[in-house]
Amino acid sequence: MGRYVVRRLLQMVPVVIGTTFVIFAMVWALPGDPFAGKCGDRPCPAPYIAVMTDKFNLDEPIFVQYALYMGNLLQGDFGETFGGVQVMDELQLRYPATLKLALVAIATEILIGITAGILAGLRRGGFADALVLVSTLLVISIPVFVIGYLLQLLLGVKLELFPVTVSAGAPLNELVLPALVLASTSLAYVARLMRANLAENLHADFVRTATAKGLSRGRVVGVHTVRNSLIPVVTFIGADFGALLGGAIVIEGIFNINGVGGLIYGSIRTREGAMVTGAVTVLVIVFLLVNLLVDLLYAVLDPRIRYD
Amino acid sequence: MRVPARKGGIVAAVGLALVVSACGGGDDGDNDGGGSASAGGAVSIRGCNPQNLLIPALTQEVCGGDPLDAVFSKLVRYDAETAAPENEIAASIESEDNQTWTITLEDGWTFHDGTPVTAASFVNAWNWGAYGPNAALNSYFYDPIEGFTEVNGEIDDEGNYVDGSATAEAMSGLAVVDDLTFTVQLTSPQSSFPQRLGYIAFAPLPEVFYADVDAFGDKPIGSGPFQLVEWNKEVDIQLTAYDGYQGEVKPHVQDVTFKLYAQDEAAYADLLADNVDVMPQLPASSLTGEQYKSDLGDRYVEREAGLFQSITFAPESVDPAMDNPNLRKAISMAIERDLIVRNIFQGTRAPATGWVSPVVDGYTPDQCGEWCTYDPEQAKELLAESGFTGELTLTTNGDADHHTWTQAVCNSISNALEIECTALTVPLFSTYRDQITEREMPGMFRTGWQMDYPSIENFLAPLYATGAGSNDGDYTNPAFDDLIAQAAQAADPDQAIALYQDAERLLAEDMPAIPLWYETRIAGHSSRVENVQISAFGTTDLLSLSLS
Repeated sequence: MGRYVVRRLLQMVPVVIGTTFVIFAMVWALPGDPFAGKCGDRPCPAPYIAVMTDKFNLDEPIFVQYALYMGNLLQGDFGETFGGVQVMDELQLRYPATLKLALVAIATEILIGITAGILAGLRRGGFADALVLVSTLLVISIPVFVIGYLLQLLLGVKLELFPVTVSAGAPLNELVLPALVLASTSLAYVARLMRANLAENLHADFVRTATAKGLSRGRVVGVHTVRNSLIPVVTFIGADFGALLGGAIVIEGIFNINGVGGLIYGSIRTREGAMVTGAVTVLVIVFLLVNLLVDLLYAVLDPRIRYD
Repeated sequence: MRVPARKGGIVAAVGLALVVSACGGGDDGDNDGGGSASAGGAVSIRGCNPQNLLIPALTQEVCGGDPLDAVFSKLVRYDAETAAPENEIAASIESEDNQTWTITLEDGWTFHDGTPVTAASFVNAWNWGAYGPNAALNSYFYDPIEGFTEVNGEIDDEGNYVDGSATAEAMSGLAVVDDLTFTVQLTSPQSSFPQRLGYIAFAPLPEVFYADVDAFGDKPIGSGPFQLVEWNKEVDIQLTAYDGYQGEVKPHVQDVTFKLYAQDEAAYADLLADNVDVMPQLPASSLTGEQYKSDLGDRYVEREAGLFQSITFAPESVDPAMDNPNLRKAISMAIERDLIVRNIFQGTRAPATGWVSPVVDGYTPDQCGEWCTYDPEQAKELLAESGFTGELTLTTNGDADHHTWTQAVCNSISNALEIECTALTVPLFSTYRDQITEREMPGMFRTGWQMDYPSIENFLAPLYATGAGSNDGDYTNPAFDDLIAQAAQAADPDQAIALYQDAERLLAEDMPAIPLWYETRIAGHSSRVENVQISAFGTTDLLSLSLS
């Protein structure tokens, strides 16, 4: 297992370098001049353009620019934006909020989604099953921003059960509603996935053996069947975590959470290459680590899976 | 009937009480010095993330500009209601020939750190902003001053900056006479010069600025009615009233917090929940179907803004087919402005009848005459006269809310003229503006203009004078340039305005840009505040705002 982990970590390095280069090249290759829109409807003053071009080496060919950027990155210097803001400071400000939101969303997803899925899977054709199917269908078909605005208006503004927007520092208790909205679609998928897998596994040989051995129903289902059904669900949750980290732009916008999604979107619009590349690099590293964790989790869930 | 003694006593007592209260009541009536508004208290305003450090010469956008306007007072202040310039720090701004100006300051003004505001505070600040290597975004505001090119540096024929060409750090046109007087020498007469001095670029700076510019940009020190307490990045900007403020109108609130939102909708939700007190501009989503009226009741304010939307034609060098006054007039008469304003903009726009916004002195309606009215028949005739037989394109940037109306305008043109019109988009604003400045954009394109200072000159000279910085269509008309120059030299302000109006009328002949509409801002406020006034620049007037 140890060698496997080391090998995966080493494999991460070329992936990160490759992704960073692709993002860097894409932002810098956007057509037009990064300063063209910075001054409203008039062109920016020539001295400003000259000073900025010099400072950010915008005159150099792309490989030179990339080499300079990577050199700084390896020393821990993520660079700064055109406005003089340090990218590292900005990321440190923004990532905790997005991470917290993603974690609460994952927790919600796991708790509600898996429970609902188990209930529905056990009582196929029953009332619980029908309820879960219909509600998940509803949640999947309504776009997430509609759910977001609706719940914010109803529960936040009208009924005052939840705060309307999230205040600075994103305290966990204020993230309940945004996380619920963010997790809604994934929650629905998890429930359905769990339900389908559980229903299928209940007919498997090992379940019949376990029941024949005399194990209690609770143990058969709770320990053996669920554990086996979790593998596709865990894969889904692992991939979902990456999506949650990178985006949630819409949710962050609705609830005014100072997260990474809004940062990346804004930086793309204002052509802040250093910020986009920095944020995406961190994102890629986190995503790869989470995927590694998910893969390791398989071995825990299913003893038949072995890594050398 | 005889009144029993006890009852009589009660009647007398009541009568006496009434008389006494009537005497006392008179005083309460005229005890009204500062108005019925309560002084003190805290209010919050919807703000957004400043894109640069909070330094006057670097701030060009609303997110930084709004708090800076409260922190810095300048020579001239624009009245919140009429946008008319009034002397604030300046005691007088005078000139015999509109070229050499003598500016005297009022005594007693201090910065928030206690140091006095002197003539040097202005001169040094303007020189810093003009100095090329400081890369100030607002440097072009100092362009009319003598000696600007030596301090700013030179631009070669291709429009690139010549490194190291800034040879001086002080403009020769600025001279300090004494602590309260300085003179400004312009390269050419500009009658509108005093009206410009209310812009943030002309604010004075204290000595501490030059010691550490970056630290100052985090916590600026000005001489305005409010001082900056703290700027929590991405969260809020906190201001508190400065009790040494020398202006005539003092603020009615003690603390002002600019809450920074990334998205309009989140701020609007907070406004409905009374979590933020003023939102200077409501989001487009709340305007559809006049939703804001049912959401806010009477807690909104409408205000004409110095914002002008037009369609400019590509220069002749790019698209010769567009260089045809008859074609341009035909297109202008084919746009049904009233219908579009009603259906798409829900009353937040007014159809334009000229090239100047109604908020400035000298605005006259109908300068465009019949060419800006909707008349499909005459439009078709003009089209036939022009001999144009191709297709039309109207381009805008795709990342703001423009595509809806450009499509509507194109449809209006197609229907009236019976030729093909396509509404195109360029994804990013920066790419869009780049194509325009590089003269690569063909056909017609959307141009918007927000006034820098409330003067009729600002709507004409920077846009339509030959070679002007924002003359995107490369319009050139010697008669127009002549009138602009004469107006700049005119000693009498009324004569200047008359000449600018003449120049505006000339535009109707050649139609370099088609006027579309002026913008109205709709601001909303919570139930906690009253006296909400929005200036012509779309900012909240913090001096009149008070708690209810």
